[in-house]
Amino acid sequence: MRANTAPGPLLRTRELCFDAGGRRLIDRVDADFQPHRRTVIMGANGAGKSLLLRLLHGLIQPTAGEVLWQGQPLDRAGRRGQAMVFQRPVMLRRSVIANLRFALAVRGMSRTERATREAAAIERARLSDLADRPARVLSGGEQQRLAVARALAGAPRALLLDEPTTSLDPASTHAIEQQIHEAHESGVTVVLVTHDIGQARRLGDDLIFLHAGRVVEAGPAPEVLDAPRSEAARAWREGRLYLGANDPS
Amino acid sequence: MDGFGDIFGEALRLILAWDSDLIEIIGLSLRVTLTAVAISCVIGLPIGALVGAFSFPGRIAATVGLNALMGLPPVVVGLIAYLLLSASGPLGPLGLLYTPTAMVIAQTILVTPIVAALTRQVVEDLHREYAEQFSSLQVGPFDRVVALLWDARYSLLTVMLAGFGRAVSEVGAIIIVGGNINHVTRMMTTTIALETSKGNLQLALALGVVLLAIAVMVNAGVMALRASAVRAAYA
Repeated sequence: MRANTAPGPLLRTRELCFDAGGRRLIDRVDADFQPHRRTVIMGANGAGKSLLLRLLHGLIQPTAGEVLWQGQPLDRAGRRGQAMVFQRPVMLRRSVIANLRFALAVRGMSRTERATREAAAIERARLSDLADRPARVLSGGEQQRLAVARALAGAPRALLLDEPTTSLDPASTHAIEQQIHEAHESGVTVVLVTHDIGQARRLGDDLIFLHAGRVVEAGPAPEVLDAPRSEAARAWREGRLYLGANDPS
Repeated sequence: MDGFGDIFGEALRLILAWDSDLIEIIGLSLRVTLTAVAISCVIGLPIGALVGAFSFPGRIAATVGLNALMGLPPVVVGLIAYLLLSASGPLGPLGLLYTPTAMVIAQTILVTPIVAALTRQVVEDLHREYAEQFSSLQVGPFDRVVALLWDARYSLLTVMLAGFGRAVSEVGAIIIVGGNINHVTRMMTTTIALETSKGNLQLALALGVVLLAIAVMVNAGVMALRASAVRAAYA
């Protein structure tokens, strides 16, 4: 099943499979991620959402199938065009500004360019007052804002986010969503894993629904959320446990 | 033979009088030990970081090897260093035997595996936390090692402390390659051994007190530094 069949996807998976421990965790996933669109990936716990995101980002290698970036197999250069934000932000044992500086330095940017981007990123994330604080003493929401800012500082074409607002309060969630919104406005393609239906409505143009490692439904986010065609998506929306095609419920 | 109180009193008098022989021995001990620890860190920190942060064939063997070398017997190290530095050895022409440099070499051989093995453990633990983020940012091998060593700097102070403790208390290896020559290679530990055997317990005890004081001060300094880092969330 395809998320979007328009030509020229920025990111595409073909027959993507991933096995571990003798089990198929991602099963022949075909999905297109169009440029400048926001695609939300949803599904129950264990459906393979985070795994799919890691495959898209090249953090793990597929057992079969492939990930294409601008029509070419995802390579080092392609991965440079992406940035990822994890559910639990990993903060280096340095100050807020030093965390940003590190992300830019490893991309080989000049000192001048780094300084410009650091200042802009920290300003956008509204963390200027905390620039010299150790990153690990920030609140969860502030750390995640820094993680998003750090990801965006390198000007990626695609931003991949794995449940970035899980366990955050509404104000922090709003701030993160604002960062994602602004990134999208500036032309960044967004791929977001979330469990939050409200967030999917606010941030999703397209939606892919996974069940047991398979894409069971994909399409425009409002359509999938309002009138899911698959039993798995319907059960999930209604808060029912769905065990598969032979589910007695 | 004097009682313990008399000996201790005389030892304190030597320390408080800032006895020149005592100062010379303490100075040489610190110079040799700190040089050996510094060289061991230059060698051992990157080796430990490389083994801790990267997967490569033979990594487990390297880890086992490093851990095993932590327990190197000092007298065996002294003997090997002696064979290397003696006139008929490969480094004989350098004329280093019975010099402070020879003692630095022996202590470096002893301390480097300790620094490398403990660094590997510290870096491996930190890398487990950073690995996915580093991979996402495509951090290259050199940047990765530098970043891990920098971010683990306060934990690595404890590693350096372990190396210092080993070096400053060492006697077996340095007595073989240094010869315990008066005013040339006489260190605190070798002097304690010698003076005790001669029955000159005052000087031996005075040096023992200084050795303990140095160990306590260095430990306290490192612990204070680490505690302040923990409070600031840099450790």
